[in-house]
Amino acid sequence: MWSSERFRNIVYQIALLSLVGALIGYAAYNLVHNLESRAIAIGFSYLGQEAGFDVSETLIDYEPTHSYARAFVVGLLNTLFVSAVAIVAASVLGLVVGIGRLSPNWLLRKLAGAYVESVRNVPLILQLLLWYGVLTELLPPVAEAIVLGSAFLSQRGISLPWPTPHAGWWAALLGLFLAVLFAFLWARAVRRRRERAGRAPAVLWPSLAAGVVLPLAGWAVFGAPSELSTPAMTGFGFEGGKTVSPEFIALFLGLSVYTAAFIAEIVRGGILSVSRGQSDAAEALGLSRGQRLRLVILPQALRVMIPPLTSQYLNLTKNSSLAVAIGYPDLVSISNTTLNQTGQAIEAITLMMAVYLAVSLAISGLMNWYNHRVRLVER
Amino acid sequence: MDPTAAHVIPPNAEEIIRIEGLNKWFGDFQVLRNISLSVRRGERIVICGPSGSGKSTLIRCLNRLETHQSGTVIVDGIKLNDSLKNIEAIRNDIGMVFQHFNLFPHLTVLENCTLAPIWVRKQPRATAEATAMKFLERVRITDQAHKYPGQLSGGQQQRVAIARALCMAPRIMLFDEPTSALDPEMVKEVLETMVSLARDGMTMLCVTHEMGFARAVADRVIFMDEGEIVEQAPPEIFFSQARSERTRQFLDQILDH
Amino acid sequence: MHPPASAHRPFAARSLDWLRENLFSTPANALITLLTLALLLWAGSSFVSWAVLHAVWGRADVATCNALFGQGACWAVIADKWRHMLFGIYPQGEQWRSALAVVIFCAIIVLSAMRAFWHVWRLLALWLSGSLLCAWLLAGGFALTPVPTALWGGLPITLMLAVFGTLFAFPLGILLALGRRSALPIVRAASIVYIELVRGVPLITVLFMASIMFALFLPEGVSFDKLLRAQVAIVLFNAAYIAEIVRAGLQALPRGQYEAADALGLGYWQTQLLVILPQALKITIPAQVNSFIDNFKDTSLVIIVSIFDFLYAVRQAVISDLDWRHYFVEGYLFAMAVYWLFCYAMSHYSQWLEKHLSRDHRL
Repeated sequence: MWSSERFRNIVYQIALLSLVGALIGYAAYNLVHNLESRAIAIGFSYLGQEAGFDVSETLIDYEPTHSYARAFVVGLLNTLFVSAVAIVAASVLGLVVGIGRLSPNWLLRKLAGAYVESVRNVPLILQLLLWYGVLTELLPPVAEAIVLGSAFLSQRGISLPWPTPHAGWWAALLGLFLAVLFAFLWARAVRRRRERAGRAPAVLWPSLAAGVVLPLAGWAVFGAPSELSTPAMTGFGFEGGKTVSPEFIALFLGLSVYTAAFIAEIVRGGILSVSRGQSDAAEALGLSRGQRLRLVILPQALRVMIPPLTSQYLNLTKNSSLAVAIGYPDLVSISNTTLNQTGQAIEAITLMMAVYLAVSLAISGLMNWYNHRVRLVER
Repeated sequence: MDPTAAHVIPPNAEEIIRIEGLNKWFGDFQVLRNISLSVRRGERIVICGPSGSGKSTLIRCLNRLETHQSGTVIVDGIKLNDSLKNIEAIRNDIGMVFQHFNLFPHLTVLENCTLAPIWVRKQPRATAEATAMKFLERVRITDQAHKYPGQLSGGQQQRVAIARALCMAPRIMLFDEPTSALDPEMVKEVLETMVSLARDGMTMLCVTHEMGFARAVADRVIFMDEGEIVEQAPPEIFFSQARSERTRQFLDQILDH
Repeated sequence: MHPPASAHRPFAARSLDWLRENLFSTPANALITLLTLALLLWAGSSFVSWAVLHAVWGRADVATCNALFGQGACWAVIADKWRHMLFGIYPQGEQWRSALAVVIFCAIIVLSAMRAFWHVWRLLALWLSGSLLCAWLLAGGFALTPVPTALWGGLPITLMLAVFGTLFAFPLGILLALGRRSALPIVRAASIVYIELVRGVPLITVLFMASIMFALFLPEGVSFDKLLRAQVAIVLFNAAYIAEIVRAGLQALPRGQYEAADALGLGYWQTQLLVILPQALKITIPAQVNSFIDNFKDTSLVIIVSIFDFLYAVRQAVISDLDWRHYFVEGYLFAMAVYWLFCYAMSHYSQWLEKHLSRDHRL
């Protein structure tokens, strides 16, 4: 019987299962025992308890009297927000630097190259510590804040006048959304027109115009509010307005600059991957430089760029967890405070990992779907 | 390959390409030396020579895929210089077929052919597609119109490349070693397409090693070596009574396969 | 454009040509050049003035530095604290052992880059013997005075975390890669779960898990050395990434290799060890080098769980001293320089490797 491969396979698998099961069982036994002796409950009920700690910046309302669950959500939103903003900034910067590395101008090429080589080879946490350290050193204390009109620059960060909530601003936001919708529909209509008649109106300028006019209209129609809440110094901080903390600025700059270096290499690799023959053929057919880039080179380059780009976006989101080193209240930071206060280490860490895992799987799932949709069809 | 009936170019055929004293350097290396050439409308020219002789560079200079440093090139009365307007006008007149096909892999065969007519000539899609189908039929590949290049064989891809170039109604067709990258059994279908194109009166400049094609179709065979035109003559004379020693050596090598 | 009349034009004329072509070929290009130069000069001059011209070099006391605060860099902080930054709180008399360990770790990395070592057993022997030697140097025992891990710190720790972190992660990574491609459903499931789980979470969470949760999984009274916990976390983390690289290598091998081995009558493990893995690992060498560079950079994260690595040492050295604590920028720049040197050298090597390996069909 031993010589039968199938039998052996089953035995191996059962052995593996038993081993893993035994390990888990042993660990679980110790865990329960240890937690009991420390009088710590197992379970997620602690999430309903009052948090008792304050969070320095939140996107939603939060008071120390709120629950741990709400604190967790605050941290999660902070993580997602800084990641999203940094992804956009890193992509734009990476695109510019990547194209700069291919520029016919020697100075630009070398400069872009120096940027990539210096940023890529230093650990991110060190860059974050440096950004944060420099910012806190350079920024003056609140009492001696630099005044720029009605804005203030101090150790608390940048304090800006911010519009007070009013229907007019929401209408402007709606207008922006409608403008984007308009741009899509307009592009589609233009494409149909071109197919039918050959000549067609432009897409870019009307879309940009809509992007300006529609929000403006919404703002005007709903009362044209212009009331701003201006920051005013009060002791150790500012009341009113919106303050962007140095922690956020340091994290945003650090993540963007670091990830942009990798994205620049991806962009360069993508554009180089399209063979010279493709642009030769497009040139020979009479396509202009812009048309060559848009219709032939970029579609092919993008297909090559998407998988590594996905992985960089994922890295950025995971790297945002380094916020804990500079005091930005992200998911890890708040979970850390929670588990220090409640002792519910297992639950807190599991929750943290589960969230990151979910975000990772969501982003890779999305990218894989898109990748599959645009793949080049071959035999 | 069926020999065509003797091809006679009308004596008053206009000169469609004139090259005088063309010189080109790649850095310090001179790749074209003092080339002078005159091509009349309807002429079929085959250019041959050892690799590195500059033959591909020469035809790539004609549609400004390569730039020349000195000498004049006049295509269909338009002078080839840095002026974008001139370059565009010349590219309108010239179609090119590449050794590695260079079809756009993210577009279907039909879309490959209609891309330039739609975006450069601003034709409506319906017109462009009708023209494309006409030329796809000409190269006998209509059933593949909605396939992607990756799904076709090399010979099929090259025929699509020829159709794509024809869709822009060029007066001159340039072929840069069109069959060198093909498996032997596919060379025939592409050469047949080129022969039928020649029979319809297209002015052609063809860089190739296929001497059978040259014998059947060419009005003139040009031998280039080390950047110079060493010899040019009608095929009957070129193949049997080559004057230069270098030409004879080259012919020995390639005709002996 | 002007044709060069000959290759031997005077240097001045050729330089002008180069300038014209590369920097001033079109009006737009010229504008970019001028703008970039202006920017560089403005930013560069302020930095150079701070970092070099007005800086305090060599040993100096705090007062001199304080006088120039903001205008000149205080490199004296490094002259004063370099021992601290490089070796942490390792006993001063024994620091030669730390230094030697750093040299040996570097030697391991450099020797691995040489083709002479690209055989499994030689590499294994190199890494194992080097690591054991370093462990003995740092820990002591036998001929050397023992030094407890609580006193270890600085650059040797960073190198140790990276080298051990790769050495032990490799076999685990290979097993995971094989497991992921296995026909046995449970083995494959377990591998996939492990790999996707570890790759989907940040290293910090794994470090937290190791430093906080591990203790809870062990019987009461059994404690785990803090450094060991971090090391284990790094090994487990790296294993998942190495597994994916090895898997790519396994997938790149043509099926014919497996078929030939089968036809010869080789069993599963024989096929893997003798035929498949040697080839797969060779194919993925550039990716492995890049992974090692990332691994090296990631060791700096242990500062968050209070492990005394190089970054922690630099930070401690400056911040814990009340006099010098304002000069952390100089400290960070010093740390950046060291990390940059290591990583740039390795990444340069990796790029060279990729070029050479693709040209060189026979390995």
